[in-house]
Amino acid sequence: MLNIMGDMSIERKMSWVKLISIGIIVIVLLFAPAYLSRYYLYLATLILVTILFATSLNLPLGYGGLLVLHQATFYGVGAYSFAILLKETGTPVLPAAAVALLSALILALFIGWICVRLRGLYFGFLTLAMGQLVWAIVYRWYDFTGGDDGIHAIPVPDMIRSEIGAYYVILAVVIVSLLLIYRVVKSPFGLTLQAVRDNPQRCESVGINIRNHRLIAFVMGGGFAGIAGVLFVILERSVAPPIMFWTHSVEILIMVLLGGMFTFLGPAFGAVALTLLATFFGIFTEYWLLFLGSIKIIMLLFLPQGVLGFVEEKITSKIRNKTV
Amino acid sequence: MEFFANLPEFSTVISQIFVGLSRSMILFMVAVGLTVSIGVLRVINFANGTFYMLGAFTAWSVALWVGGTAGFWVALLIAPLVVGLLGLAVEAGLLRRLYNRPRLMQLLLTYAVVLLFNDVTKLIWGVDFKSMRAPLSGYITFFDGLLYMPSYNMLLLISGPLVAAGLWYFINHTMTGKIVRATATDREMVDALGLNSNKIFAIVFMLSCYLAGLGGALIAPTTNIVVGMGMTILINAVLVVVVGGLGNIWGAFLASLIFGVGESLGLLIAPRFAIVFPFAIATILLILKPTGIMKSVW
Repeated sequence: MLNIMGDMSIERKMSWVKLISIGIIVIVLLFAPAYLSRYYLYLATLILVTILFATSLNLPLGYGGLLVLHQATFYGVGAYSFAILLKETGTPVLPAAAVALLSALILALFIGWICVRLRGLYFGFLTLAMGQLVWAIVYRWYDFTGGDDGIHAIPVPDMIRSEIGAYYVILAVVIVSLLLIYRVVKSPFGLTLQAVRDNPQRCESVGINIRNHRLIAFVMGGGFAGIAGVLFVILERSVAPPIMFWTHSVEILIMVLLGGMFTFLGPAFGAVALTLLATFFGIFTEYWLLFLGSIKIIMLLFLPQGVLGFVEEKITSKIRNKTV
Repeated sequence: MEFFANLPEFSTVISQIFVGLSRSMILFMVAVGLTVSIGVLRVINFANGTFYMLGAFTAWSVALWVGGTAGFWVALLIAPLVVGLLGLAVEAGLLRRLYNRPRLMQLLLTYAVVLLFNDVTKLIWGVDFKSMRAPLSGYITFFDGLLYMPSYNMLLLISGPLVAAGLWYFINHTMTGKIVRATATDREMVDALGLNSNKIFAIVFMLSCYLAGLGGALIAPTTNIVVGMGMTILINAVLVVVVGGLGNIWGAFLASLIFGVGESLGLLIAPRFAIVFPFAIATILLILKPTGIMKSVW
């Protein structure tokens, strides 16, 4: 047995482990409404939305090497467009979601087009400034966005109104989106993108348009963040400006880094872990940020490659040792 | 929308500009600490806004403890010192481990410090907002009423240039300041010469926390002291620092003035959208000149 395993390449073994665990996770998720109480089902749905949000950030951040400091802008614009269309115009859900996605894409294209000529932190700071500009407009434009009150009692159709309906719709959209992002990451485009991240000069010298690759990654990330925003509205039936304040973006960044930004499922892991931790500490103590802050400091200090990055490193080195 | 409400009088515009200038002094005190730690330590310290908040809360407590008008002045002396010492502890305990980490990691770790201190603040001072009385009340007028502003804002207006001048003197005309500049340029060489660059880093960080605390103590009488106040000023200070050129003290000063005046004029043009103006200014300036209006050290 050990011998047969020894003949298999590390990658294949890893992919078997991954495939089986993903299969188990999907089954567990499919039957979640059967064993979760109402509150925990809501929590599970919120986590799913956060998973998509964090993974959408990792496309430009982890794979593209772009320091996107304000991803919540696109999340917020997706959520707000969807909410305004449903509430003010009574547009059906699917067209409204399509328009919301489109507006997130267009904004991402605009911001990205301006920002991608910059490198490193300067790119990040400009996304931060522009994101905050969008936030400030949303925060104060009472006639259109409801200002700091936000928009409440958004009419979503009956089918996705129940917790279980919302759960399944959101689960389906999140899984499809994650598969799409995975396809993108493994596609020739995705591989080129990672090459651009690791060695831009060399890529440029072999004729790759690095600016376009970065822009496309940024816009795609913005689009998926917009979808996550739409899902958030389906779940909460309300939106308010804090979802696109810069601190929200930093929270998501921490999830991505803690989970591991060079692994595909790292951000998802970070989203699950930090949302659960926040809820857990929220139940037992009033001052949960105190614990959460300390945990984040400790983990960032001692696991710089993220939890999944750390685990993958360990497993790979273990298998490699055995095979050798 | 009230974009073109009624045109304000000339004296209102002038006075509004001066109120804006006085507010930008506070922004400058937070931003300059940030920019100095970027220039010397090469760390973008997101926790700087939190030290500003702690300065305000500490000032409130000290003023309450001493009592009377003297309370404020004592608080103005003590609160920044307390915050500076706290900064020293944070530098020794955490920041020292971050100097060689990737930038994003530094940002997030200092942000985690923000979360931690926000909760410590809630534990000590509770969640209700605090307010304290200004030591100076009333308005002062200049030039036959062409310029009128609250007396307290006059104090703020004077304090900013004093801090800037003091900092300039410290960096350019003292021995420690010279070593600070040398450390910013070439840390290894400073170490090789037998000077302790760790000590310099600690001094610089303490100084930046002291200034943030001073800003907090100065703003305390004019605003509601709440836990979120650090986050609001921080984002503005970060953009001021980038717009001014990373690590450039005069750039931070100039950018603070632009932000402050921009916001206060925005208040006249479109009151509701006043908070939009600093971000719009930052966006436009960064598109035109991504590395800042003055020379960046990076």
